[in-house]
Amino acid sequence: MQPDRMLLSGDEAVALAARGGHVRLGTGYPGTPSTEILEAFSELGGQAQWSPNEKVALEVAIGAAFAGARAICTMKHVGLNVAADPLFTVAYTGVQGALVIVSADDPGMSSSQNEQDNRRYAVAAGVPMLEPADSQEAYDFTLLGIEISERWKIPVLLRMTTRVCHSYTVVRPRPPVAPPPAPHFERDVAHRVMIPAHARPAHVRLREKLDAIAQWNETEGPNRVVEGTAARGVITSGISYMHVREADREAAVLKLGLTHPLPFGAMREFARAHGRTIVVEEGDPYLAEAALAAGLAVETKPDLFRFGELNVDRVRRILNGEASPEAKVPPGKPPELCPGCPHRSVFTALRDLGCIVAGDIGCYTLGVLPPFNALDTCVCMGAGITVGLGLRHVLPPEEARRVVSVIGDSTFVHSGITGLVEAVYNPPATGHLTIILDNGTTAMTGMQEHPGTGRSLDHGRAGKVIFEDLVESLGMARPVVIDPTVDTARFQSLVSEALASGALRVIVARRDCLLATSKIKSYEQALKQETCLVPIE
Amino acid sequence: MSPSNEVVNVVIAGLGGQGALKASDIVADAAFRSGLEVKKSEIHGMSQRGGSVTSDVRFGAEVFSPMVPPGEADFLVVLAPSQVENNRWQLRPGGRLIPPELVAENTLRSKKCLNVALAGVLSAFLDLPEEHWVAAIRANLPEKVHAMNLDAFQKGRQAAAGLSR
Repeated sequence: MQPDRMLLSGDEAVALAARGGHVRLGTGYPGTPSTEILEAFSELGGQAQWSPNEKVALEVAIGAAFAGARAICTMKHVGLNVAADPLFTVAYTGVQGALVIVSADDPGMSSSQNEQDNRRYAVAAGVPMLEPADSQEAYDFTLLGIEISERWKIPVLLRMTTRVCHSYTVVRPRPPVAPPPAPHFERDVAHRVMIPAHARPAHVRLREKLDAIAQWNETEGPNRVVEGTAARGVITSGISYMHVREADREAAVLKLGLTHPLPFGAMREFARAHGRTIVVEEGDPYLAEAALAAGLAVETKPDLFRFGELNVDRVRRILNGEASPEAKVPPGKPPELCPGCPHRSVFTALRDLGCIVAGDIGCYTLGVLPPFNALDTCVCMGAGITVGLGLRHVLPPEEARRVVSVIGDSTFVHSGITGLVEAVYNPPATGHLTIILDNGTTAMTGMQEHPGTGRSLDHGRAGKVIFEDLVESLGMARPVVIDPTVDTARFQSLVSEALASGALRVIVARRDCLLATSKIKSYEQALKQETCLVPIE
Repeated sequence: MSPSNEVVNVVIAGLGGQGALKASDIVADAAFRSGLEVKKSEIHGMSQRGGSVTSDVRFGAEVFSPMVPPGEADFLVVLAPSQVENNRWQLRPGGRLIPPELVAENTLRSKKCLNVALAGVLSAFLDLPEEHWVAAIRANLPEKVHAMNLDAFQKGRQAAAGLSR
């Protein structure tokens, strides 16, 4: 039996609601702070799977929702950039079942390369957006997202942030909801096949749906007013609401839950009723710009509060109109590559060889820090290989020959493969060297499986992509596989030789992540035992 | 009375791998089991890689922000000597620092239990029933380490007995 009161993270709350809400399939790619949603969903017995990347994950979820099932797709904010292509068109096609897309934004960049505000995506793609403020709302809004998605046959964006995903707050689960009808296929090409003749009316339908949702949002949406002084009103959403309530107990607050399409009527009425109305929001001035464009008399925050997370202190300053420079917090100890991390050997060699290193996203991005100082670029998932190619194309040959791309195993599957295809198709005159840093796990996000590990999200047996075979199939020389920690001199000479060859080369530096070794061993042992238990016919 | 006076604010700081987050899980769970409104906030991700880690726990009748406002911590529990000074700003005037040296590591069955021992020190200053602390320790740790951690918890409570209130 489910307890009536639970202490859950926002991520766990989404998972619990998805499970209780009869979500048939959960897809995603690991990314802080979204990773724990699918893991928790799987632990609760839901069908959850990691995809190679977010675009694939969203497309798989779309297929499930086309068939009438309820689907959830999770990713971090930058993951939605990768999945933007299907997002913009599934807004047109709509869905038959339910599709909830979780975007976990990272204001303040606790573990990200930028702090983009994905509320802009809801507007750009034309999908409704819910912004929970704590775990209870993460739970409630997941269920509400399913309802909205099914009622208007439209994908819904559940936009969370680091503090909502990773904070633990009390959740009171609801009684079970009714399951949807069993999935079945209904041919409907006008809604599912987006040739221009179908897409033109689909766009009109999308705008009509959004108008209807906006009207519903005015009166029945998940927005509420906290009464307060008539002198001062605050319009806010998400985690900022919590900071506001604590920073100013007297102000009236309009707390918005469905922030696209916005309830401009309710916002206007609220602004009119208060002497001064301030919009308090983390990240971009999305609400404030929309309110001002709609002609509402509201104030927005000073520009310096666009950067980083908000907290109670910063919200106090916003409400007081203080824009003076903020006190700096004493720095803590920065993260580093773990003692014994196999990446250390790789970056030591690349540093000693004076390489120009095009890097990628993962633990190994920390190769930029002392004592290695051996990473020169990091843009986005997969860009290690391709930025390296671009450098090679234009640098003078003596510099070009020093360029190396490094990319992790999970990142390689995510979006490195197309980079190698590019290398084969448009090889630089000096050739190129890519080192796949294969530590057998998606380490940075907490050791998740991926198609290169041969194990599924719940560590069961899965198909395995063999990197050496894949590289060879592109017409490149079969990669040398080496444990970089065993013979560092040999590793270094392999790199030198590859750089001097003038050819396209891939080296797989393979050694399990130190933190994952014992886990990987136990997963493999469990799988071996499972195999032994299968009766022989 | 300002709301932060009604809410107990705890910040637990350490280095990645020391169990600061686990300690905060136990504190939050003990408060939760006591029937209080609880919020706990921390940052995962890059901070796991040996860098500074802090976790905020807040509990009381009504808690809004999950983050302890700057300079409003009633208690600052620190697991690594190197992390005391850079976190001191989080304490309110008159707030209590619980530094790692309060519990001698050689009195513990494993130095990995320092996090629970310092939670034991903290527990002596909080008005949460001891049974909920014990239940929280059991619920948040694997069974094979229950005994050594319950022992560490008691060592922490004993260490606190000698401190001024």
